Amino acid sequence: MYAKDAIGERCAIGTTDEITVEGIGKRFGSTIALDDVHLTVPRGTVFGLLGPNGAGKTTLVRILTTLLRPDHGRAVVAGYDVVHDAAQLRSVIGLAGQYAAVDETLTGRENLKLVARLYHLPRREWGPRAEAVLERFSLTDAADRPVRTYSGGMRRRLDLGASLVGRPRVLILDEPTTGLDPRTRMELWVYVEDLVRDGVTVLLTTQYLEEAERLAARMAVLDQGKVIAEGTANELKDRLGGAVLEVAVADPKDLERARELLVGVGSGAPSIDPARNTVSVAAHQDAQVVLDAAARLLQGEVPLQDIALRRPSLDDVFLALTGNRTAVEPAAAQGPKRWGRRSS
Amino acid sequence: MTEDIAPVRNGWDLGIRDILGMAWRNLVHIVRTPQLLVFSSIQPIMFVLLFRYVFGGAIKTPGGDYVDYLLPGIFVQTALFGGASTAVGLSEDLKQGIVDRFRALPMARSAVLAGRTIADLCRNVIVVLLMVAVGLLVGFRFHGSFVADIGAMGLVLLFGYTFSWVFAAVALAVRDPETAQLAGFLPIFPLVFASSAFVPVQTMPTWLRDFANVQPVSVTIDAVRALVTGAPVGHWLWQSFVWIAAILVVFVSIAISRYRTV
Ligand SMILES: Nc1ncnc2c1ncn2[C@@H]1O[C@H](COP(=O)(O)OP(=O)(O)OP(=O)(O)O)[C@@H](O)[C@H]1O
Ligand SMILES: [Mg+2]
Repeated sequence: MYAKDAIGERCAIGTTDEITVEGIGKRFGSTIALDDVHLTVPRGTVFGLLGPNGAGKTTLVRILTTLLRPDHGRAVVAGYDVVHDAAQLRSVIGLAGQYAAVDETLTGRENLKLVARLYHLPRREWGPRAEAVLERFSLTDAADRPVRTYSGGMRRRLDLGASLVGRPRVLILDEPTTGLDPRTRMELWVYVEDLVRDGVTVLLTTQYLEEAERLAARMAVLDQGKVIAEGTANELKDRLGGAVLEVAVADPKDLERARELLVGVGSGAPSIDPARNTVSVAAHQDAQVVLDAAARLLQGEVPLQDIALRRPSLDDVFLALTGNRTAVEPAAAQGPKRWGRRSS
Repeated sequence: MTEDIAPVRNGWDLGIRDILGMAWRNLVHIVRTPQLLVFSSIQPIMFVLLFRYVFGGAIKTPGGDYVDYLLPGIFVQTALFGGASTAVGLSEDLKQGIVDRFRALPMARSAVLAGRTIADLCRNVIVVLLMVAVGLLVGFRFHGSFVADIGAMGLVLLFGYTFSWVFAAVALAVRDPETAQLAGFLPIFPLVFASSAFVPVQTMPTWLRDFANVQPVSVTIDAVRALVTGAPVGHWLWQSFVWIAAILVVFVSIAISRYRTV
């Protein structure tokens, strides 16, 4: 009931920032997890936080949800300072962490009712809130089974559901769709879009570029604790000079040789994508680049399958920004593209 | 700033409701894993049988049956070891990340720890009652007044509850369930065995006897023993209370301050 009034009021006020991060820094021993991070998220929008493994995404999420104190800097969420007003802030945010945080012994319904209870909702609300979430995430059939018997995806859905029981004003999701099948992932996207329509502000971290592009009005790229780019998907793509030259070689053995030959063509360093058998390099939208490249490869006697200029993908942007290519793994063929620094 | 969606209410009643919510959750765990309760009762039963029938004949106790000497020690030992379940449960929660969920909720910060220790207290009530039944079966009898006997069992449970906080602090320090249990028992073992739990301290070498006479487990066992045998309880009772208060103050603050930073 409060939620509706507040939303009405919020819409009337228009666009103000719901999340403001000013110069946040955090280190663990000698690791600098966050280094002078600045961000703003307008009310009622989705903000995507992207970055390779270890970039500091979870650290920022933990700071914004009061689980961790920043070493310096200031962050204000929904009007509350994350350090000084932590107690008040907790009643208006919902968090779904990177790893499902649900009770294995309780049933799904009991988990949700417990969360409702700890949000200090009146007792008569516990049941209906739990029921609504169970329905929303197609868990009604499994509602009265211990979570121990749930599949990974069901657990994940329950965890997301738990973050919504309190009808938060700001929802913070750390890799919310990791481990979900494509259908459930799509459903979640629709759900997030519904929430945003109702005025909720969402900050999500993701490794799925498709997800960021689909959901997030604005995004920031974190790398080694620093924000290295921020803007809309199109703004980020424009940073690459507008186009990417992509060369597909006939024989994977030629990839390295093709990369060497292409150094100096275009405006960046060429890079190899072994999964797709291609070498690509940022370039201006100019046919001369294609001719140049073709001439060099012809001279180097590298047989080609394809050569083309195309609009950059977000993946190209990340590659250019962080020097890392989308993770190449078999799963990538089924799900949306994953991007990250391989640890192995 | 718009109006808050949920009015922020901070108060004792909410704090207590959070503690009850968490205690309920942990009690459900205890009820749904009865096998744990069964197995944690087997060990003290073995101790009763071992000392009553194997070593008992060789141990001389001043005035009265050995079984009446032994069982108060067993009660306290059982309650103490029961505190270890606090370490295990808490570090499981930390490992599974559910503590992060709780810490991001607008609940009282102390509720996770208080709810846990209170649930473990309830669990200890069951185990200690079971040990009383076992004691009665092997010949133990209450000789104190009704109030003294009830008071003695209350002291046993309070002492176990106190050590739940020690185990909680240990769990928050080491975080891993197995390590937490092992580390928690490190100080417990010497306290239980270098005490008056199983044998009178008179037979110990002087330096050990001096330790055994003043340490918390001994004075508590002596107080409980005096209460249930109807003997004058003397200085043991207040010494035990001093220990309990001191341990609670130290370990509750350690546990809570560590909980804030996990
Ligand atoms: N509690 C901690 N103690 C020590 N180092 C930590 C701790 N938490 C994070 N770090 C370090 O801080 C850096 C950032 O970690 P963080 O978990 O924020 O990365 P991330 O972007 O969420 O990565 P991922 O995509 O793998 O989840 C890493 O180098 C990590 O090792
Ligand atoms: Mg992370």
